[in-house]
Amino acid sequence: MTALPTLQAPDAGCADAPVLKERGQHEVFCGLTGILWMHRKLQDAFFLIIGSRTCAHLMQSAAGVMIFAEPRFGTAVIEEKDLAGMAVLDEELDRVVQRLLARRPELRTVFLVGSCPSEVIKLDLNRAAERLTSVHGPQVRFAHWSGSGIETTFTQGEDACLRSLVPQLPPKEDDARELLVVGTLADVVEEQFLRIFRALGVGPVRFLPGRSARDLPAVGPGTRLLMAQPWVNETMRALAKRGAERIPAPFPYGVEGTQEWFRAAAREWGVPDGVFDSVLGPPITRARTALRRHREALEGRSIFFFPDSQAEIPIARFLARELGMRPIEVGTPHLDRAHMDAELPLLPGSTRLAEGQDVDKQLDRCREARPDLTVCGMGLANPLEAEGLRTKWSIELVFTPVQGFEQAGDLAELFHRPVDRARRLAVS
Amino acid sequence: MKLAVWTYEGPPHVGAMRVATGLTDVHYVLHAPQGDTYADLLFTMIERRNARPPVTYTTFQARDLGGDTATLVKNAVADAYARFQPAAMLVGASCTAELIQDDPGGLAERVGLDIPIVPLELPSYQRKENWGASETFYQLVRHLAGARAPERGQPAPPRPDWRAENRRPRVNLLGPTALGFRHRDDVVEITRLLDRMGIDVAVTAPMGASAADIASLGEADANVVLYPETADAAARWLEKTFRQPRTSVVPIGVGATRDFVVELSEILGLDADAGLGTLDSRMPWWSASVDSTYLTGKRVFIFGDATHVVAAARVAKEEMGFEVVGIGTYQREFARDVRRVAKEMGLEALITDDHLEVEAAIEEVAPELVLGTQMERHIAKRLGVFCAVISAPVHVQDFPARYSPQMGPEGANVLFDTWIHPLVMGLEEHLLGLFQDDFEFGNDTPPSHLHSHSPRPRTEGSETEAVTPEPAAEDRAVGANTPQASPSTPTTAPAESPVAPDPAGAPLWLAEAEAELKRIPFFVRGKARRNTERFASERGVTEISVDVLYEAKAHFGNR
Repeated sequence: MTALPTLQAPDAGCADAPVLKERGQHEVFCGLTGILWMHRKLQDAFFLIIGSRTCAHLMQSAAGVMIFAEPRFGTAVIEEKDLAGMAVLDEELDRVVQRLLARRPELRTVFLVGSCPSEVIKLDLNRAAERLTSVHGPQVRFAHWSGSGIETTFTQGEDACLRSLVPQLPPKEDDARELLVVGTLADVVEEQFLRIFRALGVGPVRFLPGRSARDLPAVGPGTRLLMAQPWVNETMRALAKRGAERIPAPFPYGVEGTQEWFRAAAREWGVPDGVFDSVLGPPITRARTALRRHREALEGRSIFFFPDSQAEIPIARFLARELGMRPIEVGTPHLDRAHMDAELPLLPGSTRLAEGQDVDKQLDRCREARPDLTVCGMGLANPLEAEGLRTKWSIELVFTPVQGFEQAGDLAELFHRPVDRARRLAVS
Repeated sequence: MKLAVWTYEGPPHVGAMRVATGLTDVHYVLHAPQGDTYADLLFTMIERRNARPPVTYTTFQARDLGGDTATLVKNAVADAYARFQPAAMLVGASCTAELIQDDPGGLAERVGLDIPIVPLELPSYQRKENWGASETFYQLVRHLAGARAPERGQPAPPRPDWRAENRRPRVNLLGPTALGFRHRDDVVEITRLLDRMGIDVAVTAPMGASAADIASLGEADANVVLYPETADAAARWLEKTFRQPRTSVVPIGVGATRDFVVELSEILGLDADAGLGTLDSRMPWWSASVDSTYLTGKRVFIFGDATHVVAAARVAKEEMGFEVVGIGTYQREFARDVRRVAKEMGLEALITDDHLEVEAAIEEVAPELVLGTQMERHIAKRLGVFCAVISAPVHVQDFPARYSPQMGPEGANVLFDTWIHPLVMGLEEHLLGLFQDDFEFGNDTPPSHLHSHSPRPRTEGSETEAVTPEPAAEDRAVGANTPQASPSTPTTAPAESPVAPDPAGAPLWLAEAEAELKRIPFFVRGKARRNTERFASERGVTEISVDVLYEAKAHFGNR
């Protein structure tokens, strides 16, 4: 087998590209929506939003179709009488928590999640978490983070949640090297990644978050970090303060991204090239086979990303380099250049990068460009379809297992399907 | 503070959005942080609208607080006006902006636009979606139609006489909004019905109306209130201001449609019998035909918004021959109407917006059919009870492509079809009882004409658990007696062995009786178990044998 080449960019890509920074109406979810996947991942935790009826309504609306097996999240809805004073609020919160724990005795961690209203009235959730831990601990531990829309956009909620766990990670007892993969991955992807790391001889490997909010990995100077998701920026900074070191890598989308992601870890662990090639060779070949028919359908087509999850840049890179698509504009809610260091050079230099949003102006640009495919939120998709533009719901890129070799074809198919559908439908 | 998992109603500004989105040329500027834009998807995804709601969100961030959020409001108002050129503007705040007290209505006035600005005060920490829709429509009508109202203190001018003016009478249809349950089709159906009665529709509002239409509301001869939860306040104001009479009957079901025709005929001075002669619903014959005999006395539980619940109760009792065993609403504002109907049926109405309480109530009465919202559909699915959806809130599958009104003659046909569709058909019911152990056509088989969306039969384990009183049962406010386990994860002992004696003194099922119970089709098994246990408890019988099972059956009949 030939040695797998390290990724080369034809030019500097978007490494130094200017960014259109916009400030206006943001058509994006707030950080609370991160709970929709985290509450499935963390099986012993409950997410208690301290917010308004709007927060509760958002959660059930954003869930698309309700997952009715009683979810491990809920909203303590602030009412008029609660706004009378902090003492009342504390008392009410204690009462709600009491009832919750009576109903769900299996819970071990409760996240008190701040919202726009709780931030504006300056509800001190840190103090509340300490108070409640002193009452219900050690059985139940309380942590807190804010998913408010005035501070966080969509996936930044997960970042805030993981960031809140960092101080609770036990200190590492020695300086032995250990890999910590940061960002929620689907269980199936996690298992695949573990198998590859094992075959490469990279380890021990831990994931943050794991399936429990109580069984947390230790962290210290020996810890090496790989970002599994592009939005865990603040968590990475907090882990760095605990002595952990980031291994720079692109994100594991597509064949190239996944390959380079593993290569970064393999180099750190000194894995011989021969071993690397023989372990990754078969899954890479499979993934390329899976991508082929999607490439035939998507090659040369233009694509426009509205900001949503921060995964836009790496996914656009995958679509451009592996499927031959042409990114016109790639919008992201937040551009963290430090963590996009391996991605930006790989994005075609012709791409317009946009950070933040002024949705009406962005819609004007999109209509002007008339892309073959537009990636946007659920609020914008049908109106754009009605204008004759094919769209892809961006939320599916977060709700579907798309990382890794075995999912590269699935990721491509998410973009192929709307194009295929438009081709099939004879009526309009 | 109240713990909510799922909610029946959104916040009041979502009600305002339903009104604004129904209108054709009115824009809503909402002082709100970025996440509140989620509400757009209710319209574009759930209702499949092909245009964005006419809403601009100011999108303030944490760094703006204490700074100049007021300028954000003024800029958003000016930008929205320049871009969308609305004929009128609604301006208000969502829950978070309400706390920072910027007075967006006042700020918008100061922008100096040449269109009417209607400020909205929707208290998010007290009120909910339907109230928000009602208040928004009321304020809009007051502002726009109020401009043509008689001078304060002056009597309203006499009502125009349509006969003297040599024209057909004209009425307004009030209440339909965006995201309403079947509002789109109800409007079509009632417009047709009125046309056959010789009545024209002047304005339908909010849905489909322009600001100019709203301004002209006072000109019609009467108001037809289709959805009181949205239109009652506005219709009362129109009545007071313009002496415009309004209807009180909502035409859902055959009987109510007849009453509606009579009421409106009297209001307008038309011949009621002529109007009744135009009604042509197939529903009465479908219900009278012999195939429907099996529907007799089916036990139904009804929950939803007040309008649809009150109507459904009457249809269920008088037009389907069902027995209503439970009734309730999440709308406290209209609780009185539901309580009245409940009392007439010898029931106590369940007034709550906590779906766990509704679940507990459904579990307790073990109905054969639930008529409810999407929440009850999920509850019924978990409990293995059949369900049809009759009220908002609903999800995308309850916005059908086909014509599917609830009101008028065709609406009655639709009710018959959709309510009996989930049920096991009459002869099939018998066959299931006849060949109980057939592995393909046995007691746990869903109805033959349904596969994908019939409720999953419950395992004996979860059923046992469901009817076993738990120590925390008195704490029903949080639904503490709701089983935690899903049907696929039974947590109790296998059904073959007798159930362990219950601390609360519930009777014990002997193995033979338990096996006999399993031979009863799953969709009536819950009822049989409940009746038998009640029968045994009332008589101090501690062990349930096959004989006790059949004695209970003889005592209760098929009720």
